[in-house]
Amino acid sequence: MNDAPMIEVRQLTKRYGRRAAVQDVSFTVGRGEIVGLLGPNGAGKSTTMRVLSCYMPATSGTVRVAGFDVFRQADQVRRHIGYMPENNPLHQDMRVREYLKFRARLKGLGFRRSRARVDVVLEQCGLREVSRRMIGTLSKGYRQRVGLADALVHEPELIILDEPTIGLDPHQIRAVRQLIKDLSPAHTVLISSHILPEIEMTCQRVLILHGGQILAADTTENLQKTMSCGGQVVAELAGPPAELRACFEELDGVERYDVAPAEGDFYRCALTPRPGVDLRPLVYEKAVSRGWRLRELTRTRHSLEDIFVHVTRADREEENP
Amino acid sequence: MGTYLTLVRRELGGYFFSLTGYVVIATVLLLLGISFAVMLGAYNGQALDAPLTELFYSTMFFWLIPLISAPVICMRLFALEKFSGTFETLMTTPVSDRQVVGAKFTAGWLFYALTWLPLLACLRIVHNFTTQGTPFDWPVVGTTFAGILLLGALYVAMGCLASAVTRNQIIAAMLSFALGISLFLLSFLKFSVTSQAGWVAKTADYVCLIDHMEDFARGVVDTREVTFYLSFTVLFLFLTLKVVESRRWK
Repeated sequence: MNDAPMIEVRQLTKRYGRRAAVQDVSFTVGRGEIVGLLGPNGAGKSTTMRVLSCYMPATSGTVRVAGFDVFRQADQVRRHIGYMPENNPLHQDMRVREYLKFRARLKGLGFRRSRARVDVVLEQCGLREVSRRMIGTLSKGYRQRVGLADALVHEPELIILDEPTIGLDPHQIRAVRQLIKDLSPAHTVLISSHILPEIEMTCQRVLILHGGQILAADTTENLQKTMSCGGQVVAELAGPPAELRACFEELDGVERYDVAPAEGDFYRCALTPRPGVDLRPLVYEKAVSRGWRLRELTRTRHSLEDIFVHVTRADREEENP
Repeated sequence: MGTYLTLVRRELGGYFFSLTGYVVIATVLLLLGISFAVMLGAYNGQALDAPLTELFYSTMFFWLIPLISAPVICMRLFALEKFSGTFETLMTTPVSDRQVVGAKFTAGWLFYALTWLPLLACLRIVHNFTTQGTPFDWPVVGTTFAGILLLGALYVAMGCLASAVTRNQIIAAMLSFALGISLFLLSFLKFSVTSQAGWVAKTADYVCLIDHMEDFARGVVDTREVTFYLSFTVLFLFLTLKVVESRRWK
């Protein structure tokens, strides 16, 4: 063990021909962190992970894992990394236990140790009952767990998972998520995903990648705080529409509003607050003071798209103030 | 060394887990059987003046075996892994490119050698039913097998290269078949060259696989021929290694 941060990326650029998949990306990940790499498809998540796992070298920039350079000390780096690529490729013609044992041996574990470790990860990933099944006949959820078990088998310090929950049903997603959370103190985990709640629920810190660049890097809490401004508040109120409109017009924190009839004598009011204002208590007070009936009051969750729009806009404003 | 053996075991196992391995074994068995039957029919009751192994080799079915089986054996080695994506998981473990290429070649070559074992049974049958003392010597059988294995090493190395350049198994097989046929057809260059002097004739002589095999089948081990096979095997393996490494240059 050394004191170097688990991942240290400095000005990483990776080009495929002329197209830059990742450009000038820098970030660090400390030991024991669970960090999410968030971005739409084609943002450069997989490329970043492939560089980190020494599958491809960077075009320029330095990348260090546990203090080892991924280009010059690839062998050392690979020993420290458990990597599960996108779509989780597996040998379909092998049995689960046999596959894990093969992988453990490839990763340099001795005969006895590989046997012991395979038993441990089979238990850890809930694969005991399918350990003699052919991988090709397993369900997607089980396959994903086999991929995870493979990433864990040599007790790596850093685990890199590329879209670990893609294509799973909600139950399986929950199970995989729990598994990842359980890894946290002993292992550093880097997860990529394009699903926001996914990252929100498992990661302490998020890096937002878009168009090959990092747009935001922050803890999930901070990110949510930034996100809470600009979100919409939806209220269903029963009152004369003209009065409703007038009320929102004079309400201080409202930037935009929209009143549309809903079922019954209710009106659906979508309000866009000014930054930093929580409109919900204000709306409630208005409803009480005017005697309107209130049926629903919610703040809509931000979709990933909204955050991107938000972050990219902030980005542009910085460039041309 | 440990990881190398693990990889060889996995690759060899792959042949027996898939249908391809059994299809290759069955095909080679069929070709050997036909070859055997043709030979028995042709020489029934006649006195033989040549080693039995040479007669075996003289049927065209003999040549069909390496020409067909090597591409089929080798097509999966790299192409399948690249296609299914397991190449990425393989290359992110602490194994070197050299180990991967070496292990895949070894596995393919061992499987190729395995498919030839029924030839021993054919020879054994002839041995049992001949009334003459020894219709053939075991050393000659040994050199024949040495020739077969050397030829196999060259063809399997060629197959590795073909498999490494593509992610499609069919293309890999066709490519290595084309390479193999081309090399084999170069043998006939020798018969069309009229003058025996000059570099053309020398080269034609050097690459004449048919002549090489004839020597081996007669019990002659020529170091020039051994060098020819080994050097070309190494060349193709080197090229394969470069292709595997090339993902780093892109």
